[in-house]
Amino acid sequence: MANPLRSEVVQLYKNLLYLGREYPKGADYFRERLRAAFAKNKDVQDPDKIKELIGRGEFVVKEIEALYYLRKYRAMKKRYYENEES
Amino acid sequence: MSSRVLVGVKRVIDYAVKIRVKPDRSGVVTDGVKHSMNPFCEIAVEEAVKLREKKLIKEVVVVSCGPQQVMETIRTALAMGADRGIHVEVTGKEYETLGPLQVSKIMAALAKKEEAKLVILGKQAIDDDCNQTGQMTAALLDWPQGTFASEVTIDGDKIKIVREIDGGLETIQINMPAVVTADLRLNTPRYATLPNIMKAKKKKIANVKPADLGVDLTSRIETVSVDDPPQRLAGVKVETVDDLVAKLKEAGNI
Repeated sequence: MANPLRSEVVQLYKNLLYLGREYPKGADYFRERLRAAFAKNKDVQDPDKIKELIGRGEFVVKEIEALYYLRKYRAMKKRYYENEES
Repeated sequence: MSSRVLVGVKRVIDYAVKIRVKPDRSGVVTDGVKHSMNPFCEIAVEEAVKLREKKLIKEVVVVSCGPQQVMETIRTALAMGADRGIHVEVTGKEYETLGPLQVSKIMAALAKKEEAKLVILGKQAIDDDCNQTGQMTAALLDWPQGTFASEVTIDGDKIKIVREIDGGLETIQINMPAVVTADLRLNTPRYATLPNIMKAKKKKIANVKPADLGVDLTSRIETVSVDDPPQRLAGVKVETVDDLVAKLKEAGNI
């Protein structure tokens, strides 16, 4: 099964798995859900559909990065800039 | 304008970790605790990388002082886009007493050695909260400084810096070479993604000893004791307004 998109999907999975290590609810929580999400679409064969799903995964990557950034930014703001009006 | 920027990064206990004080009050527990790059250093790295992407500077060099583990922090900075790293090896007793003065001496020596045009640092580290390294580095080099930067614009040999000061913003223009320290609102640091971390493994990290730079690391500071912040006392629930008034009177608030 040498699907040309296979490596892209694997890479996406790896990236998400890596990001999940810092997930606020725990890496295990994240991994379970990640696996389920990928397993749900494991029988998809249509290349266009696969590309669409990869696109969605990349969107999730962006969302998680934004979530982490915001979490850190808020923590810093709360610790060092608490008395300022926002 | 093509030149080199030196960025200092510090490895600190991760911001999300609950800090515990050692029973003997000599410091905080660092063994087996998650560490990461100081958030303000991330902002400094991001700013340097952005300047390089705009082709205003040529090379971003990251520096970190500490034991072998700081290599990780340097790698993170390289994954964010820095070009090359310098690991200043400080271990054991010397690392324990390593303070802003010692680090700024190292930074100043490296800035001269690397012929840097600009030194960008985080305004402070979230572990010791000193907020001194940038200022001291500028003083040791006798360079102008732009601290608490929330906006940096390079124009030829000058830099325009918008500074965060009490109650507002101050815009200053200073000559390069200069030292800049990053405040929280300067930019949004990018995430060091897995593929970039892999690619960063190919980038070079030089190992330097403080002695090679002619820097003396003796510290005159002695830590007397490290204590937890005071615990917040439990509140009291009152049933009626009269009770509340009575309690407040008792506490001497009215």
